[in-house]
Amino acid sequence: MPVLDDYKGQSPAWCPGCGNFSILKTFKDAVVDLGIEPHQLMVVSGIGQAAKFPHYIKCNTFNGLHGRALPVATGIRLANHHLIVAAVAGDGDCYGEGGNHLMHAMRRNVNVKLFVHNNQVYGLTKGQASPTTSEGTVTKNQPLGVFSEQLNPMALAVALDCSFVARGFSGDQVHLKSLIKGAFNHKGFSLVDILQPCVSFNKVNTYEWYRQRVYHMEADYEPTDRVKAFARALEWGERIPLGIIYRNSRPAFEERFPMLQESALVRQCLDLSKLSGILKEFY
Amino acid sequence: MDYSIKIGGEAGQGIQTVGDTLSRVFARSGYHVFTHQDYESRVRGGHNFYQVRVSDRRVSASRSKIDILVAFDTESIELHAAELSDQGQIIYDSATLKGKHAGPQFLDIPFRALAVEHGGSSIMANTVATGAILGMLGMEMDLLLHIIRKTFHKKGEEIIGQNTSAAMAGFDVAVKQCLKCSFSASERTEPKMLIAGVDAVGLGAVASGCKFYAAYPMTPSTGIMNYLAGKEKEFGIVVEQAEDEIAAINMTLGASFAGVRAMTASSGGGFALMVEGLSLAGITETPIVIGLAQRPGPATGLPTRTEQGELQFLISAGHGEFPRVIFAPGDPEQAVHLTHRAFDLAEKYQIPACIVFDQYLGDTQWTYREIDLKKLVNIDYRLRADALKDVAVYKRYAYAENGISPLAVPGDSKHLVVADSDEHDEEGHIIEDAETRNRMVLKRLYQKIPQIRQEINPPLRYGAEVPDVVLIGWGSTYGIMREAVDVLSATRAVALLHFSELWPFPGVDAFDYISFLKNAGKTICIEQNATGQFARLMKAETGFEISSGVYRFDGRPFTVEALLGEIHACLG
Repeated sequence: MPVLDDYKGQSPAWCPGCGNFSILKTFKDAVVDLGIEPHQLMVVSGIGQAAKFPHYIKCNTFNGLHGRALPVATGIRLANHHLIVAAVAGDGDCYGEGGNHLMHAMRRNVNVKLFVHNNQVYGLTKGQASPTTSEGTVTKNQPLGVFSEQLNPMALAVALDCSFVARGFSGDQVHLKSLIKGAFNHKGFSLVDILQPCVSFNKVNTYEWYRQRVYHMEADYEPTDRVKAFARALEWGERIPLGIIYRNSRPAFEERFPMLQESALVRQCLDLSKLSGILKEFY
Repeated sequence: MDYSIKIGGEAGQGIQTVGDTLSRVFARSGYHVFTHQDYESRVRGGHNFYQVRVSDRRVSASRSKIDILVAFDTESIELHAAELSDQGQIIYDSATLKGKHAGPQFLDIPFRALAVEHGGSSIMANTVATGAILGMLGMEMDLLLHIIRKTFHKKGEEIIGQNTSAAMAGFDVAVKQCLKCSFSASERTEPKMLIAGVDAVGLGAVASGCKFYAAYPMTPSTGIMNYLAGKEKEFGIVVEQAEDEIAAINMTLGASFAGVRAMTASSGGGFALMVEGLSLAGITETPIVIGLAQRPGPATGLPTRTEQGELQFLISAGHGEFPRVIFAPGDPEQAVHLTHRAFDLAEKYQIPACIVFDQYLGDTQWTYREIDLKKLVNIDYRLRADALKDVAVYKRYAYAENGISPLAVPGDSKHLVVADSDEHDEEGHIIEDAETRNRMVLKRLYQKIPQIRQEINPPLRYGAEVPDVVLIGWGSTYGIMREAVDVLSATRAVALLHFSELWPFPGVDAFDYISFLKNAGKTICIEQNATGQFARLMKAETGFEISSGVYRFDGRPFTVEALLGEIHACLG
């Protein structure tokens, strides 16, 4: 069985007090609890503060380009669906630059677990508005305040029938761990949006701001009702629900390929005997 | 025998069906065939044509003169009547075209009426026309009837019978009425295979063990996806239509990183979106094969036509510096072999390898007795479970002696595989220090390039041993240049240098082509672009300046006669 130390990576270059630390710690706790060995796990990321995550953990990783974690993760899953694949992204990375990929990953329902560190601001590029920054927020690049409507990733995910939609908070690690484990145990695409303060650039959405607003959804909340889930996904502002907002049991994308039924693509060799007949159609 | 048949009409009139069927009949008869198509970016209407050249000698280009024009609309007559050879005939249906044409070159065959009378439906007018063409050429009907039987075998005997009667009706009428026809068919020989360039790229990929293909549809690259999707189940290939080209190349990288041979392709606009991912392949040293099917730009340009306008773009595409291989096949046979080599070199050196072609090569069909796939050997350069058992310490970017670090399959052992788009250390983790940066550039770029250069073959030489004129070209102009050399050789010493392995630019050790060029009085570069991109590349890489250029950029391919005219103008 794996132990926490197996996952010890490099020491993080995040700002002291950053919400990323507790997400990293909770993620490692969750995969150790699940008995996942580092070599069985693949963590894919793009670019941003959250996307440095693969360097601070020890497993197979692919740290690619800004916004592009999901297509890489999709390619990996299709080539080897025996690997457990997680993608880690920030709100700018995933909801901005990679928005199109997110939409289509949800449609495909590829069995990738996406964890979005949502701090409602750009950290790595120093404080610009992200898609989840609230309307009116003044930044160096938006001196007149943000004009665009704040993106609601939970409502977007429910609208697209994403098969696992959850929201956690970096300041509530016990609860967050249960969501991360839930995502890993779910068969299909899972989005876990993790609210997280940015201590350097977001002076509005602080630990205190979140603590005053977040609440755990009631124990008898039924996440399989899509219409109710949509209503819950719209809740934001004074009260912000945490937990599994929506879940369905659509077949995962990889299951639909008949050629992946018997073994992973990576285990299949070209059958040279079949090649001899391939020219027939040209005669 | 060397006849050209042009079938013209609107999109949706079945021009392609007639052209494809005739080409197959000719190839099965053992004749040499060359076909090219000209179509507009629309599903219905407009003016399209399909040109088939059939000969008892090897043919590799279209001619300007046509012997049979099949006119499905009046516009086809207006546009192409002047192309008719001295013995040429125009066949049409005056009832469909609503008007009779006078003159000995016109042959009015009631395609529709015969289809209704013998087949029971006007749908079979094209079958009547196909039969009529074979009748005019003095060919036999058995192969066409066989194709009809095969095409309609699922629809039952009645449909097969109707189509057979319709084809025979067209044949009989042509034989009886085409009194001016002086065509005669050569004797049939062993059947030949008929293959288009775009299918050849797909075939090369399957034969290389390609397991994953992701792409976004874009003319003229879509044929590769069509071909591979058709092989998905039989060969265990996952073909995914991505949401955009950015996703396509990133999925391809993901699949390759996970341990399978993977490919993507697009045309210029889609490839422009992939460029960021190309650079990612460079720094992560992930092997991928990229197909680039060129069409005239900039931007949307002429979407269904041809150009060689992306050579300079492809060579320098991607931010930063990293090695790559670029191949430009000249015909479908080369396309099969070079696609296979692209997969091999991509994996051997852990680099992106590109196959660049164009709408012209993609759509043109060529005949071969056979393409030998047995020669293609697939070497697996990855470290898989068995090999990894003996590895004590694994580092994805280890400073290997030859710069090529071990490429392990993640999940196949306890060893972890770590890749990073940031500059990284041997393990694959992000770094900032200058020393590691320098060592990685040395490993990834400097150490690999001389080895890759050794793999590149010199240009193909054809024609005179000691020429006074040399034609130079790359990619799809190969066939047309060969034909030009054949014609010109009757009166002077002419040769051709064809470059299909473009990058790294071939050296002169195996064949000192620079001396060969210097010894010729006149060198002419033939390219389908406006600025002579290859001529400039050659000058930059070798210092040799080609004396003249023939540059065509109207989106149409050269014909034999048109190219000869341009060459004569150069020669003065």
